[in-house]
Amino acid sequence: MIDLLLVIAAAVFGIGVYGALSQQSFVMIMMGLELMLNSAVLVVVTFWWGTTGGNPSGQLLVIVILAVMAVEAAIGFALVTAVYRSRKADITEKLRRLRF
Amino acid sequence: MNPGLLSYFLVSAFGIGAVVSGWLVFRTDSMLRAAYWLMVSFVAVGAMLVVLDAQFLGLILILMMSGEMTIMAIFMIMFMMNPAGLNPMTMVHQHRTSMVAGVGSFLVLAWVGVVAEFPDRPAPAVDPTAALGEELLGRSMLIFESAGVALLAVMIGAIALAAKRGRFGDADAGSVEPEIDVDTGSRT
Repeated sequence: MIDLLLVIAAAVFGIGVYGALSQQSFVMIMMGLELMLNSAVLVVVTFWWGTTGGNPSGQLLVIVILAVMAVEAAIGFALVTAVYRSRKADITEKLRRLRF
Repeated sequence: MNPGLLSYFLVSAFGIGAVVSGWLVFRTDSMLRAAYWLMVSFVAVGAMLVVLDAQFLGLILILMMSGEMTIMAIFMIMFMMNPAGLNPMTMVHQHRTSMVAGVGSFLVLAWVGVVAEFPDRPAPAVDPTAALGEELLGRSMLIFESAGVALLAVMIGAIALAAKRGRFGDADAGSVEPEIDVDTGSRT
């Protein structure tokens, strides 16, 4: 069962890597990152369930990953808003430099 | 049906759902639909967590991601072109490199998952939610509180980043620092 779960998590992670690297739209890139974190949640719960004897620290790590997901989304949306206000850009190709 | 076999079947079904919906995120023409396909992928993973006896975490994941994807859909409508997918759209770059990176990372991670030996210590059939609650409000309270403080800092930072009025004027005008008056030392 652990093998199956890890293969599923690897597939979700691979799709996230593809999305984060291939997409031009900022929000679509964020979706790729979210998929990678989704895979991390699955892996942590898999190890908590199958290998730690139910140690609650494993579940705590998932709470931390969920907090990271919220941070990523909030800062990501704020940056998208700031970049759109300043450059009218919604895709990566419209940005030539990082500095405002 | 054997409970172990039922769990295996459910995990397989939700796993296929998570992977397929994750792939559809980047295959649909509509950015709005992409947000909802991502939500389906999260719901499938949340259901897998419930099957793995992490009911609280699974439901939290579903609840949180449903809200986040709804906000993401609003952003799609606000900013992005073609939110409804009325026209065919391909907005990708370095497609072949990305595909190689995605498939490569899948193969490496799946190989590690299949080949590596992991300890066989399954979680006991006690209430995992109660154990998590005791952990959060006991030994690991500092970590839990730190996550809360980090989220508060992020809220402040996100508002500062997204606010129209910036430190040096309106955000649409660009953040150009005003010149310093050499006589008085103040900014003009």
